[in-house]
Amino acid sequence: MSILGTRVVRTEDPRLLTAGGTYVDDLRVPELADAARVTFVRSPVAHARITGMDAGAARQAPGVLAVLTIQDMDDLTPPPPPEPGSEVPEGAPLPIGGLWSEPLLAVDRVRYVGEPVAMVITGDGYQGEDAAELVSVDYEPLPAVIGVGGALGTGTLLFDGTDSNVPVTSGEASDNAIFDGCDVVVEQTIVNQRLAPMPMEGRAAAARIEDGKLTYWVSTQNAQITRFILAGALGMDPATIRVITPDVGGGFGAKVGIDRDAILIAWAARKTGRALRWVETRSENLVGMTHGRAQEQTVKIGGTRDGRVLAYRLDVVQDTGAYPRMSGFLPFLTKLMAVGPYDIANVQTKSRVVVTNTTPISAYRGAGRPEATAAIERAMDLFAAEAGVDPAEVRRKNLVPPDRFPYSTPTGATYDTGDYVTALDKVLEAAGYAGLRAEQQRRRERGDVLQLGIGLSSYVEITAADAAAGETARLAVHGDGTATVYTGSSAHGQGHHTAWAMLVQAELGIPMADVTVIHGDTDLIPEGIGTYGSRSLQLGGVAVHNAALDVKDQARRVAADMLEAAEADLELDADSGTWQVRGDPGTGRTWADVATHAGEDGLVAYVQYAGGGATFPFGSHVAVAEVDTETGKARLIRHVTVDDAGIVVNPVLAEGQRHGGIAQGVAQALLEEMMYDADGNPLTGTLADYAAITAAELPSFELVTSETPTDINPLGVKGIGEAGTIGSTPAVQNAVVDAVSHLGVRHIEMPTTPARVWAAISAATHNGEASR
Amino acid sequence: MKVTITVNGNQVAAEVADRTLLVHFLREVANLTATNVGCDSTSCGACTVLMKGPGEAGGGKSVKSCTVLAAQADGCEVTTVEGLADGSGQMHPVQAAFHAEHGLQCGFCTPGMVMAAVSLLDENPAPTEEEVRSALEGNLCRCTGYHNIVRAVLAAAPAASERRSA
Repeated sequence: MSILGTRVVRTEDPRLLTAGGTYVDDLRVPELADAARVTFVRSPVAHARITGMDAGAARQAPGVLAVLTIQDMDDLTPPPPPEPGSEVPEGAPLPIGGLWSEPLLAVDRVRYVGEPVAMVITGDGYQGEDAAELVSVDYEPLPAVIGVGGALGTGTLLFDGTDSNVPVTSGEASDNAIFDGCDVVVEQTIVNQRLAPMPMEGRAAAARIEDGKLTYWVSTQNAQITRFILAGALGMDPATIRVITPDVGGGFGAKVGIDRDAILIAWAARKTGRALRWVETRSENLVGMTHGRAQEQTVKIGGTRDGRVLAYRLDVVQDTGAYPRMSGFLPFLTKLMAVGPYDIANVQTKSRVVVTNTTPISAYRGAGRPEATAAIERAMDLFAAEAGVDPAEVRRKNLVPPDRFPYSTPTGATYDTGDYVTALDKVLEAAGYAGLRAEQQRRRERGDVLQLGIGLSSYVEITAADAAAGETARLAVHGDGTATVYTGSSAHGQGHHTAWAMLVQAELGIPMADVTVIHGDTDLIPEGIGTYGSRSLQLGGVAVHNAALDVKDQARRVAADMLEAAEADLELDADSGTWQVRGDPGTGRTWADVATHAGEDGLVAYVQYAGGGATFPFGSHVAVAEVDTETGKARLIRHVTVDDAGIVVNPVLAEGQRHGGIAQGVAQALLEEMMYDADGNPLTGTLADYAAITAAELPSFELVTSETPTDINPLGVKGIGEAGTIGSTPAVQNAVVDAVSHLGVRHIEMPTTPARVWAAISAATHNGEASR
Repeated sequence: MKVTITVNGNQVAAEVADRTLLVHFLREVANLTATNVGCDSTSCGACTVLMKGPGEAGGGKSVKSCTVLAAQADGCEVTTVEGLADGSGQMHPVQAAFHAEHGLQCGFCTPGMVMAAVSLLDENPAPTEEEVRSALEGNLCRCTGYHNIVRAVLAAAPAASERRSA
């Protein structure tokens, strides 16, 4: 029986549990034995001109080896001047550049609290924090541009030479004719608030240059992309850079590639000739690492009185923070997935990207797709409420039926496979939907203080959106019968090492324990992409699978030669990992025999798999929330989900991805928000203020199994890393609104804090009294 | 100042700056890097270790080692996740349960989470799910959604009790 699909606990765990991982700060390699510490001097103000800087006192402070400022950056070629009138390409996941370029160290202006201004290099971290305080910077304040309204409504521009704070505009959403003939039309503005990705390990990097070669250890999701970024930023030949990713303590999209702070570590190592290490503090992380989400949306939805949706409009304004990094691209994904799992004839989307004096926005678990799902799922509930139809019924009525796949959406996506109605029915059954509604009714009739809310969300999302970029795998079977996998994919908690070894065992019969998986070292694996967008298994995993097939073909030829038999007569017993002439166990040859016969480098396969395209996981969630109508406190008491990501290779890992994803979505719906005051000061800049979700605020999750294969790739798999977040966020928000909808509440912004819920109840109650 | 701390049964003595935090003593002086620093406001629990004062009974109480000065731990016994397995290398029941129940992903919060769980089961040998969730409120995990961590702690409870009474 194949090991695929069975519950296998992780091979990664014993080391992590007994010795702890080896994250950048834990590296005790000889190359870093004398590494000095880097401490950044960061802007304490949101928007200002830098009129002077004095590092004299800092340079005299104990332990200080160097202080680096923009004045020291004389060894880098400045970026080419912007081309006037050049168009910003839509859908390119890269910084926009040109007039909107982001420097490495602030030049003469700072645009967000936390922007790197100078670097202090010391023997130890305590000295660094002391000395950084002594770097004196003169800031001449400029008006801060905060929030979407601020960016669109102000005369203050962030970038000289531009005529607005809007680097990208795309689409049009003003033709009201699409709502002609709709009996029911609802419009709503929705804030998809700014979040901190907050991996438990923040950003960290170490660098050493020796004999012209840069060795660079970094906490990233993408070693090879990091090498590409470093080569470009520092003007180096990629062959002279080795990037190593040791253990990485979570990424969630915020560690795709590297950002300016991490580039500076390599630059400073080259500049000073010293080995350097930088490990940010949490307070640095919360303002220095990119944030996620930060969209303001206007939705308009219309349809028939009996619940059929005919038209939908989504108008997105993406706050990109101070510099348009990947967030120029995020609304492109939001618009692509705007219509969700529904068959809606008329759809309009528009997006604008605006710059503000806040931390830059980039990918965070879902990256543009949770925002799309949040918008349409809120819209479906608003429409259902207005039409007076049960929200489950409205969804069922509008879901793309199973006989319509592959299904092309009005926004340009082609959904590969799905059975959306079944997913909805399964989750409703598992949750006991009818019983929940009955309980809700009883509490409403009794006028209980604790009211029950039932929130639904049906979603479809896109994974491996950049499948054409592909992924690599090299597989070698050695003379002792063991195997090594070199993967271009990158692990930071997902369990790649376990899953890849399972794929090898399944195809070759080499036991998992004999399969070593290596990732994240560009000297060993020069080509690869890494991990984001739920791409690993369907690209990196398939590459491993295909490499195993290739090795198997090679081994068949070698074994035929050994046994003097025809290749067609040979079979591999994948349970025992032996080659034999069909029906003649006495001829058995082990992998060690075959690999030894093949000679050194005999059984090696290299695969660059570019896949058949993106896949579209889907599902439905039911959230059950209790809301205290006197205090506004909302509590999630149950969360039931169907998340269908095609064939499951290891249910243990897939469930783990769902659990973590669900929790991050619940966190957005109930608790978390990165906030700024009107002057651009972060109000949630430490973990004492940022409401990261804890075990005490979550129930155990109820997961329902569903596997609808895709024909896009040979394993039939889709991505599962982000689905939980995409599905759970609107389900929980809808549940909170639903709990108090009988009081007249129709919408509550996220996070649905007690203050917001209480205010919504209060406003609705007063309105009700006024109209009575 | 000079500080002597017994870490995982080994006496570690060193001259350190007065302001040295226990977590940095463990990482930089004792060279035990499993205990991680996840925040700077005593919020995340990644640095949780067990600490026992001179003459105190039991296995020690959980402390956040980022909020204890090395000087305050002078003369104390400290246990980190590296010291949790028994002499033969057999994982502690809590470690084994985290493995069996997939209670970790990236692993960064894990050493602190495991130590907090050991301390919890020491104080409450048979907790309910709600008690586990409440007791782990000071330990953040960003990967697992806590689901399997809670399951692991509940699953470990009987064996952890047995080990204490053995």
